Amino acid sequence: MKKELICISCPQGCHLTAEQDNTGAWLVSGNKCPRGKVYAEQEMTAPRRTVTAVIATGSAKQPFLAVRTDNTYPKEAIPALLNKLYTMKAELPVKRGDVIWENVEGSGVNVIASESLDA
Amino acid sequence: MKMMSKEFYDVAVIGAGAAGLAAAAETAAAGFNTLVIDRQDRAGGILRQCIHNGFGLHCFKEELTGPEYAERAAEKAIAAGAEFALCSTVTDLKKRDDGTFELVLRSKEYGTKNIVAKTVILAMGCRERNRGNLAIPGTRPAGVFTAGAAQKLLNCEGFLPGKTAVIVGSGDIGLIMARRLQWCGIKVKAVVEIMPHPSGLTRNIVQCLHDFNIPLYLSHSVTRICGKDRVDGVDVAPLSDPENSFHIDCDTVLFSTGLIPEMELGKMIGVEIDPSTGGAKVNANYETSVPGVFSAGNVLHVHDLVDFVSEESVRMAKKVIRHLNGEKDGETVKVCVNEKLKYAVPSTFFPGRDTVFAFRPLVVTNNGTLTAEQDGNVIWKKKIPFVRPAEMICFELKGDLINGKGELTFRLEEGEKA
Repeated sequence: MKKELICISCPQGCHLTAEQDNTGAWLVSGNKCPRGKVYAEQEMTAPRRTVTAVIATGSAKQPFLAVRTDNTYPKEAIPALLNKLYTMKAELPVKRGDVIWENVEGSGVNVIASESLDA
Repeated sequence: MKMMSKEFYDVAVIGAGAAGLAAAAETAAAGFNTLVIDRQDRAGGILRQCIHNGFGLHCFKEELTGPEYAERAAEKAIAAGAEFALCSTVTDLKKRDDGTFELVLRSKEYGTKNIVAKTVILAMGCRERNRGNLAIPGTRPAGVFTAGAAQKLLNCEGFLPGKTAVIVGSGDIGLIMARRLQWCGIKVKAVVEIMPHPSGLTRNIVQCLHDFNIPLYLSHSVTRICGKDRVDGVDVAPLSDPENSFHIDCDTVLFSTGLIPEMELGKMIGVEIDPSTGGAKVNANYETSVPGVFSAGNVLHVHDLVDFVSEESVRMAKKVIRHLNGEKDGETVKVCVNEKLKYAVPSTFFPGRDTVFAFRPLVVTNNGTLTAEQDGNVIWKKKIPFVRPAEMICFELKGDLINGKGELTFRLEEGEKA
């Protein structure tokens, strides 16, 4: 099996070719950096994405806090992650990088603050 | 963060976005009194509302979101000792008889204040092209937004702009908003692009449209916006067959149809504008036609990556420092481009000095060739694997290569069909 992909790891958007050899391993070409190989392998087996969102703070001045996952998260589980995030409330003050939700659903991925907000 | 404490500065930076912050960090670190002025209550500019990731791989060597990039850039400027005037709008910019500049700042906090600066950096960024600019027929219902306005509503103020949307134009902000809307439970029915190719980055087509099966109609145009009080749909027509238009039901229309440099202050002080960019005409020092006034970032020409904005702004700031140190430059030589390039920045350079040139291609091709010609000789040649109008082309040419006195002409030639 052979598939053409476009790498989303960075804005360069390398055009990748992923080809499966007879051992089942994926051979990746067209990548300008190691991230391309990781992306293509993941995309062909278990696609993952970085998730970004905002969550409520309850503060009148800064009503929302920008958050992101600190790693990529399984693509098919993103809607459930977002639905939970939309019900959460962040306590201020928050420092950029603070963990808002640790080890999301046992995935090893944390949701962290993207910005620092004063109380 | 140190707030404005004086009335006289070496450098006044207008705009605290990526360009302004990078420049301020550089000039302040070199020991020049620097004031950064912004109308928002926080530094960071548009980055603050761009909560998605994908920023910073060049400048910070890691993938950051907009707010993270903004905070890091601001921290650099603060640590270097730059001062800030936030919630402050510059309403007037004048050259004084002694060659310095007078800026009128207005703010809710302190009313009107006049500042004098030896040099001015124009780093105001862009505003979005809107429905009025495009003159799209139809009614004038609620529910029509620019993509960036919807982004601010959604990410900073927490309002959902609607329930079902059509996005006009395939610029990056529109593509990012398509994913953002989907992730907020808003169905994006289509992205309609008038050009035969997308105007956003390829990775954004993949992760923002393909991931959600959002159809992209290339070479199509929105011919009518319908609805009485609220948008209830749009008519879309293929350019090749305008009679064959179709209707899409939606309650929201977003425009992502390009950015226009916010150059009113530059025009006020008489800066010459380059019609191909909408920004200032600059020499290789990023100095405008008004000596002492410099410009970089999206207000100079629209960049596709914020990292390139920061890099350009650092290059400019180094020239501002030279200017403040009283160093003089010789004659400039003009830069020309062929019809496959929209522009070159800078539009003039100093022969014999290393110069970074940025170009915007007008064609889609693979393995294109970019050449530089001077005095009838090809002095430089480069293969470019992927030429896309959405992607800026940027190269440094060494001074010993461009030391002739004749016009320098860049030519882009198409390779294989993409």
